[in-house]
Amino acid sequence: MGHAATLIELDDADLVPALAAAIFAACEAGEIAARDVVPAATTVLVDGLSRVDTAVLADIVAAWEPDDVETHLGGLIEVPVAFDGPDLGDVAAAWAVTPDQAVAEIAATEFTVAFCGFAPGFAYLTGLPEHRAVARRAEPRTAVPAGAVGLAGPYAGVYPRSSPGGWQLVGTALGQPLWDTDRTPPALLTPGTRVRFLP
Amino acid sequence: MIEVIDAGTLLTIQDLGRPGHAHLGVPRSGAADVRSLRRANALVGNAPGAAAFEATLTGAVLRARVSLIVAVAGASAPVFVGDVPATVGRPVRLAPAQVLDVGAATAGARTYIAVRGGIAVPPVLGSRSADTLSGLGPAPLVAGDRVDVGESVAAPQDLFTTAVPEHPLSGPEEAVTLRMLPGPRADWVAPASLESLPHLPFVASERSNRVGVRLTGATVARSRDEELRSEGLVVGAVQVPPSGEPVIFLADHPTTGGYPVIGVLDSASRTAAAQVRPGQQVRLVASR
Repeated sequence: MGHAATLIELDDADLVPALAAAIFAACEAGEIAARDVVPAATTVLVDGLSRVDTAVLADIVAAWEPDDVETHLGGLIEVPVAFDGPDLGDVAAAWAVTPDQAVAEIAATEFTVAFCGFAPGFAYLTGLPEHRAVARRAEPRTAVPAGAVGLAGPYAGVYPRSSPGGWQLVGTALGQPLWDTDRTPPALLTPGTRVRFLP
Repeated sequence: MIEVIDAGTLLTIQDLGRPGHAHLGVPRSGAADVRSLRRANALVGNAPGAAAFEATLTGAVLRARVSLIVAVAGASAPVFVGDVPATVGRPVRLAPAQVLDVGAATAGARTYIAVRGGIAVPPVLGSRSADTLSGLGPAPLVAGDRVDVGESVAAPQDLFTTAVPEHPLSGPEEAVTLRMLPGPRADWVAPASLESLPHLPFVASERSNRVGVRLTGATVARSRDEELRSEGLVVGAVQVPPSGEPVIFLADHPTTGGYPVIGVLDSASRTAAAQVRPGQQVRLVASR
């Protein structure tokens, strides 16, 4: 991708956080120098590579074996949630369950941060089964409050700050902020982190 | 300290941005035209990545509240100290209360005003850059704002004699030719469409900003119209949304995007793209 970036595409989207972790590890170990490593839905972008490191990265990726995915994943973060979202009823209807059953299903799911994007600290969480995918709202909201927990497509997410947004809102995250530039890292939910929503 | 008298269209503080946080959804941001930021900083003896002002199209007026040394680089613009024309491409001394008036750009879009010592607003995630997409960093400046200037480092002896090369800019009536390397999704546009790309008369839209140069005037026909799942973006990426009107991403681009990237500008063209004016003609040609 241009002179200084490589985009790696994976057949199995679930392996993205593990490959990204392996590349971050290679950067930390000084095997390559990269400016940014950006996991996304099915790809990992490595930006800011020299010609030499582009070749080294290719070797690292070719030799990478995704056999120990679990060990690469980050810790478990429990996020207390008030399930008071305005779209909870619509989500439950789409799932053909009651709102209480929808909440119970979300609370029983262990999510993984597949990647971040859209806004600083906005994590795309996978873990819901495929048949629970929901459409975005036909009319995006002009202002979604910070902490709003939403669903869209195959993902769940929490708005770190107030912003426009079209996700179906099911609740509000309580407790520590999702985004704090004075914290290291500033994002609460970083790629590979496992997440549970506690009612 | 330096005071903003007139911020023009958009006046922001920019350094080299905040790389290393893209995996958290944090845009790189930083000067749109990094080469001109470096040049302005070099002229006043700053480190290349010191924070400076980035003025857009209509220029800016600043008042020194203390003695300062400043320099202007990037888009061509008339520069005055008070009512006296200043030599562009040289460091300029401002006495307390003197006004630096950078006029509207006559070629290019973004002018960089470096102040010896750098602008000393508090950094956010290691950078003083205003990120207009995510809102990180200092807000765009408005008239009446005052910003602190950092401590000067030891002055190189030849500060006022160093020649720093200027980079030529296309005049506003000339077409800007941008050179593109193949992108990861070049196969999402019809081969015939890729071949005709250099001949398409694109025009930079009025909606262009620090996020990207939005091209209009011609469209690129896509050969695949299914949805692409979000993937990482780089500065200079040329993305083709369903409308077929390409977007060339600049410093405040989102970290990921869901439309195919058919090419990535080479290094010199990334700089040139940051200086494209709304309404200016743009040609996209293959880089070799």
